[in-house]
Amino acid sequence: MRLTEKDVRYVAALANLNLSDEETGRMLHDLDGILAQMDALAEIDTEGVPPMSQVLFGADDAADETATLRADVERPTLENEVALENAPVSGEGYFKVPRVIER
Amino acid sequence: MRHTIQSIREGLRAKEFSAVEVAREALAFAERENPKTNAYLMLSPERALAAAAEVDRKLAAGEDAGALAGVPVAVKDVILTKGVRTTCASKMLEHYIPPYDATAVERIEAAGGVIIGKTNCDEFAMGSSNENSYFGPVRNPVALDRVPGGSSGGSAAVVAQGTAVVSLGSDTGGSIRQPASFCGVVGVTPTYGRVSRYGLVAFASSLDHIGPFARNVRDSATVLGVMAGRDPMDSTSADAPVPDYARGLDGDVRGMKIGLPVEYMKHASGDTADRIHEAVAKLRAMGCDVRDISLPATDYAIATYYIICTAEASANLARFDGVRYGYRSNEAGTLSAMYRNTRGEGFGAEVKRRIMLGTYVLSHGYYDAYYLKAQKVRALIARDFTNAFQTVDAVVAPVSPFPAFRIGEKVNDPVAMYLSDIYTITGSLAGIPCMSVPCGTADGGLPVGLQILCNHFEEQKMFRLAHAFENS
Repeated sequence: MRLTEKDVRYVAALANLNLSDEETGRMLHDLDGILAQMDALAEIDTEGVPPMSQVLFGADDAADETATLRADVERPTLENEVALENAPVSGEGYFKVPRVIER
Repeated sequence: MRHTIQSIREGLRAKEFSAVEVAREALAFAERENPKTNAYLMLSPERALAAAAEVDRKLAAGEDAGALAGVPVAVKDVILTKGVRTTCASKMLEHYIPPYDATAVERIEAAGGVIIGKTNCDEFAMGSSNENSYFGPVRNPVALDRVPGGSSGGSAAVVAQGTAVVSLGSDTGGSIRQPASFCGVVGVTPTYGRVSRYGLVAFASSLDHIGPFARNVRDSATVLGVMAGRDPMDSTSADAPVPDYARGLDGDVRGMKIGLPVEYMKHASGDTADRIHEAVAKLRAMGCDVRDISLPATDYAIATYYIICTAEASANLARFDGVRYGYRSNEAGTLSAMYRNTRGEGFGAEVKRRIMLGTYVLSHGYYDAYYLKAQKVRALIARDFTNAFQTVDAVVAPVSPFPAFRIGEKVNDPVAMYLSDIYTITGSLAGIPCMSVPCGTADGGLPVGLQILCNHFEEQKMFRLAHAFENS
């Protein structure tokens, strides 16, 4: 086993994900099986290979990456009411969340 | 309804029917057939009839009604449609009504396309069988006890079933090509950046693509041509000219050099391998020069893909927190409990698995061993293709190691499900254009797809080869 139940609970907390005890046990089993496959990557030699984080430009073409920047000008955004239409709870023109500061 | 884009164009011109009549027929047919497959999550009659009426008005006024005039189009439910519910097949977005359209949707309608509904898929496009939908699995119209493939299973099924003429899907690691092959239709993943991702709900941003499904190569080329091109709303959309793909289909393919990767064929077996070998024989008979090539990093592709895509997914799906849109848990004493419970209750099992995996590979102490290593191997996989395209014009391969499997067969084994993506994820990681074109059937009449891959922005060459193959 690469993982423990404690690891799974730690990662779930990082991901803000509530898992039931049953889900935690299942996740431990599944992630362990998947990570076993991923350990194969250790075999391949990547000495001197630059990491590829996107496909549009070669790793050395840093200059090209600025070619797609737009002019820094104001553009209309969603109206306040439109932005709030899908909110589970809103009021007074704001998204509402459980109280975070006690008075 | 067995229309093609061309048959609708001709029928409208000859006044055999109006665009509104075609839309009404398509909507009624979709409503009648859908209980068999569960391929549509929602029909959009108001939007469809308004778009069709506009096409009829333009035609009556003698105006250009567009390349897709009156064509019924279905859209995968991870692509935003203003005013039409877009769920990502998730409880999280069960009631979400987008306030804007994806650029691809906007361009389809500007070209006269008629959006008739939203299609079922794996939740947030995560899956290879369409069994991960909160709204139930899609059944393959070719064999109803089988999966249609995934994640764009609904978009493949509606085109195979004939309830839409063409459809839009999204592909991150094979989610267009694999369902196209399982359902016996054409599916195209264009070059990364060829089609704007604006309005595509993000899964893995460096791998996500929008692409078309159609019943023939010509229709798929037409739809891609309509969607492709620079979009200021997506800074990764490419500013490269868009050829008239449909017009360029008829060129000669004699003498075209085609590579067959030995690493792919060593895993292929049974009917699938037989159909691919027959396809190769056919390509040779057409005058193509097919030769073995090597893509040595292939064996590491699955591990690489599932590290990168889950890492990106864990970041992208952080936005679903019960605040701005979507589901919110009732169990919400504190803000942080609200986040955790909302996400725990709103996401399905596979989405949680991928968020967990992605969070793990990015976490302190594991980043170098997993994520950074995977990015380096990704460079090697891309380099394999760059090297191959110095000697060949195109690569051909299977799409999937096997045809459509039974619903429930692999659902409890995530590793087996991930391994089935072996042939499609290499092209996704390299960002090159690839497509699935039907190449016969396996035992039981189950469709098999031939995958064609070309170098970046060489869609025209890919379509020409696929078109010649389809007509040979």
